[in-house]
Amino acid sequence: MAETHCPYCALQCAMTLDGAQVTPREFPTNRGGLCQKGWTSGALLTSPVRLTTPLVHGRPASWDTALDFVAGQIERIQREHGRDGMAIFGGGGLTNEKAYALGKFARVALRTSQIDYNGRFCMSSAAAAGNKAFGVDRGLPFPVADLGDADLILLVGANPAETMPPFMQHIKAGLVVVDPRRTATAERATLHLRPAPGTDLALALGILHSAFSEGYAEHDYIECRTQGFQDAWRIAAAWWPERVERVTGVSATDQRAVARMLAEAKNAYILTARGTEQHASGTDTVSAWINLALALGLPGKPGSGYGCLTGQGNGQGGREHGQKADQLPGYRRIDDPAARAHVGKVWGVDPSSLPGPGRSAYELLDALGRPQGPKGLLVFGSNPVVSAPRATHVTERLQALDLLVVADFVPNETTALADVVLPVTQWAEEEGTLTNLEGRVLHRRPALQPPSGVRSDLEVLRELAIRLGTPAKMFPTIAEEVFDELAKASEGGIADYSGITYARLRDGEALHWPVPDRRHPGTPRLFTDRFGHPDGRARFVPVDHKGPAEPPDDDFPLMATTGRVLAHYQSGAQTRRIDELVAAVPESYVEVHPDTAGLAGLADGDMAEIESRRGKVSARVRYVASMRPDTVFLPFHFPGENSANRLTNPALDPTSRMPEFKVCAVRLLHGGME
Amino acid sequence: MIPRQVVVAGYGMAGARLAEEILKRDEERGHIALTILGEEPHISYNRVLLSGVVAGTMKPENVMLHGEEWREKVRLGMSVTGIDRGARKVTLSDGSTIGYDVLVLATGSRAWIPSVDGLRPQAPGVHTFRTLDDCAGIIAAARPGAPVAVLGGGLLGVEAARGLVARGCQVTVVHPVGHLMERQLDEAAGRVLAARLSTLGVEVRINAKVVGYAPGDGLELDDGLVPADMVVVTAGVKPETELATAAGLAVDRGILVDDCLRTSDPRIHAIGDCAQHPGTTAGLVQSAWEQAEVLADLLTGANVAKRYRGTPVVTRLKARDVDLAALGDVHADVHTPGAEVLCLNDPTRGRYTKLVIREDRVAGAIMIGAPDAAATITQLYDSRVPVPSDRLAVLLGRALPTAATPAGSPAELPASAVVCRCNSVTKAQLVTAWRSGATDVRGLASATRATTGCGSCRDAVCGIAEWLSDKT
Repeated sequence: MAETHCPYCALQCAMTLDGAQVTPREFPTNRGGLCQKGWTSGALLTSPVRLTTPLVHGRPASWDTALDFVAGQIERIQREHGRDGMAIFGGGGLTNEKAYALGKFARVALRTSQIDYNGRFCMSSAAAAGNKAFGVDRGLPFPVADLGDADLILLVGANPAETMPPFMQHIKAGLVVVDPRRTATAERATLHLRPAPGTDLALALGILHSAFSEGYAEHDYIECRTQGFQDAWRIAAAWWPERVERVTGVSATDQRAVARMLAEAKNAYILTARGTEQHASGTDTVSAWINLALALGLPGKPGSGYGCLTGQGNGQGGREHGQKADQLPGYRRIDDPAARAHVGKVWGVDPSSLPGPGRSAYELLDALGRPQGPKGLLVFGSNPVVSAPRATHVTERLQALDLLVVADFVPNETTALADVVLPVTQWAEEEGTLTNLEGRVLHRRPALQPPSGVRSDLEVLRELAIRLGTPAKMFPTIAEEVFDELAKASEGGIADYSGITYARLRDGEALHWPVPDRRHPGTPRLFTDRFGHPDGRARFVPVDHKGPAEPPDDDFPLMATTGRVLAHYQSGAQTRRIDELVAAVPESYVEVHPDTAGLAGLADGDMAEIESRRGKVSARVRYVASMRPDTVFLPFHFPGENSANRLTNPALDPTSRMPEFKVCAVRLLHGGME
Repeated sequence: MIPRQVVVAGYGMAGARLAEEILKRDEERGHIALTILGEEPHISYNRVLLSGVVAGTMKPENVMLHGEEWREKVRLGMSVTGIDRGARKVTLSDGSTIGYDVLVLATGSRAWIPSVDGLRPQAPGVHTFRTLDDCAGIIAAARPGAPVAVLGGGLLGVEAARGLVARGCQVTVVHPVGHLMERQLDEAAGRVLAARLSTLGVEVRINAKVVGYAPGDGLELDDGLVPADMVVVTAGVKPETELATAAGLAVDRGILVDDCLRTSDPRIHAIGDCAQHPGTTAGLVQSAWEQAEVLADLLTGANVAKRYRGTPVVTRLKARDVDLAALGDVHADVHTPGAEVLCLNDPTRGRYTKLVIREDRVAGAIMIGAPDAAATITQLYDSRVPVPSDRLAVLLGRALPTAATPAGSPAELPASAVVCRCNSVTKAQLVTAWRSGATDVRGLASATRATTGCGSCRDAVCGIAEWLSDKT
């Protein structure tokens, strides 16, 4: 029996594992609840498809053979193409220890700048906007349980009833949902605003305009705790609700109603998620929602605030400790000389030997195998063939590599392309920490022995490092040792873990970072006195609406938006292996307004083809009368010709480098044969 | 490279936007030397929000389009008084001249005052409603309880009347035509609007023949007097075309421009209220801003293929408690050939919706007191998406409920209905579990996992358990 947490989303529901048998456990985040994914998560621990032997070019090999081959190829590639000839692609589900070790491995063993991870496709826009506004990016700067006392929660582009169901227990009073679709979450809302895809920023400006002109702005708060309101207002002033209505389709009346509801609530929260963040203007869009929260005086006010609902299991911790192209541990910038000096000292290397910032996730994938791009790639905890935008193109780039190495525990669409597959341990077979959506560091205990033949990611990194001539002691394989080093490396950084120890976590202390020393009780609530900028003030960021990067036109007259379903997680590599979840949602589908489907000659249940400028997919038609007639929806968990990301547009946000997953122009055709 | 001299005559909403868009595109390149001339002493402000200023929901300092730093970028209090096209020079109001490579006329329009005995712009108690200074004058004169006449029941007049009522004035809208906003509304809609205004305290006189104005008394109609301490004239606007006419440019109602926003002299462009483009109705900020963006693309070379093709007009009233939108052809009726016309007329509750459909697309609509329909139909109009076949839902702006959502009683629920979403548990699974001995919620939960996710289905599961108990 071991107390642990679910391997999937950022809510990190508490559970007890007895062998592979799951029972839910009482915890402040999930309050004893589990969704179907959590309940069935044990199934993968005993799955017959489990990878247990390294594969070299598809053939089983010994670990030594595989690792020797990989190290040899890395040396050859870096000799011929330089340090940046090798790249690493990580994941937001990796533990803090793995994320940290991966970043260190890139900078110290490979000495490449080319490392990024799939979290770039997740909450990077919210992270960038949070840093701009508050000087700190912590998904929720308050405990999840605080939401229970709110009178009103505005959820923007979030569908927790589907993506983190037990979270819904924290929503007890008024709920306003902003989503182009009538989702399971929207069905529970007091008010559902349905903007056209890609117009959220304009909506935020319209609500800010309404709030200000109706006299709801908190002038004392704006005066004392913020900077830059006038510049932000001047843009919002040009977005009066009637103008916003024309762009978004959300009535001026509803915009004013939301402004009033937020202002009249004693405690109110604005929470964003992928729907509003995964845009080429995602950072600005989140800034617009934060501006609204600031104008109403919410952030830092007890019982109110702004937050981002992080998606992946370790989406928060995964972005803090160095697997991001521009970061060092502790949420430090890699181009900050002081940060380099500090981390160089902890690692025992000359700071000048540390590489600078590298390419962001999509740019990295796009550069693979090109003359100036990396020739080799190591993938840990990610399945970019399914989860990256413009998936067909990304697949071609992966195929163009001299060396593709994938460490994973079940075969997936990316391991299928790999030269070398390394079978590694999964959640319940290893120890580690994760940082949940509220910045609380959680300890996962090992619950069962890994099958023979698999090694932990930490062991893989150590073995490769040794073969590449790096001292073995730089890459410990005991998670607690890695954590202690991580804690030192993060000391004094924004995400300061230096006061956290495994002993404190094992004792059940609720430690939200920053925890700057061992007696520090942690920081469940940020911003109560000051924000993270040197002057302690939050910043309004002046942002304007631009609209989708690829608006519909005569050739591609519809907008496609993508998202998740309850039964599956991310690329589906894990959940598509679990019978009960496959039974719940066996195949890809496309939600379409019946009239829109009818015009394409498609009946409910027919196979449709959906085509964008980048590719074509097939999916079964679901008539959904509440869909906007100009929009179709596809879940992105499915591979091959059902992969929604064959359609998506890799137009990138200038700040966060987030691709525009949430809107692209498509056309709908009859799929022909059944 | 010597920068091109671009002179923008006018710093209203069109000129200000053009200046911004040019600077945005040219900032780093410096290919353009920009001179902006603003007649008013103020930094450019948002005219659309002036009715909010009159209503008191907005302060003048909150409607400025630019920050104070623009005082350095614009020559305020300066206007163009003459154009020498041969020498490519303009004369300014201080007598100086400046040369141009490109001249943009963004001179806007001015309030039109009908010829009525005694009614002159300078007459005591007479106010036009166009500028920030006009607003200041109106606010200063709008004493609570005092009678005010608003002359002209178009969009601006209705907004002004609503704002003045909010300030406690006794307002009468005097309108010479048979119904309010006759350019945008049909007669029935005009009646609903008038009724709505009257419940808010605005009196409406339609078909009013104004014969004179007596300061201190009010407006004299052919059938009596409308008492007024103040008359706000909202009888329409006239494009500022005098400069263009004097310079020999082609002018109709406004200065004629093509899809490149060129006047009959290709060195001179015109945008905004003073311009007349075949694809648009003058006087709307949306068209002015779209024109400014296109012209900035052309003048900076950012996109020389850009063209302005017109802006579909959507009229949206901005007056508290009056929700009104109108667009396209609204005068078709049920007998008009080729048009499908739907209409809902509920004057008692201040509601009126009319939808004109041609070839399955929205051709026109009026929506009063129907905010959701206004939002939905405007989007259908702009996107040219076919109108959904459930026309009634479109007219109401809300999808009508289809199948009964959570059924009233567990008995009516189909066996395949998902009761617990979090764990994909159907009614059939619950029934099976119950028959296998799980006869209470706790038992059903452990047998099926229903209620163990977010817990919101607990009541439904209880209901099913009770129903099954009752059945046996």
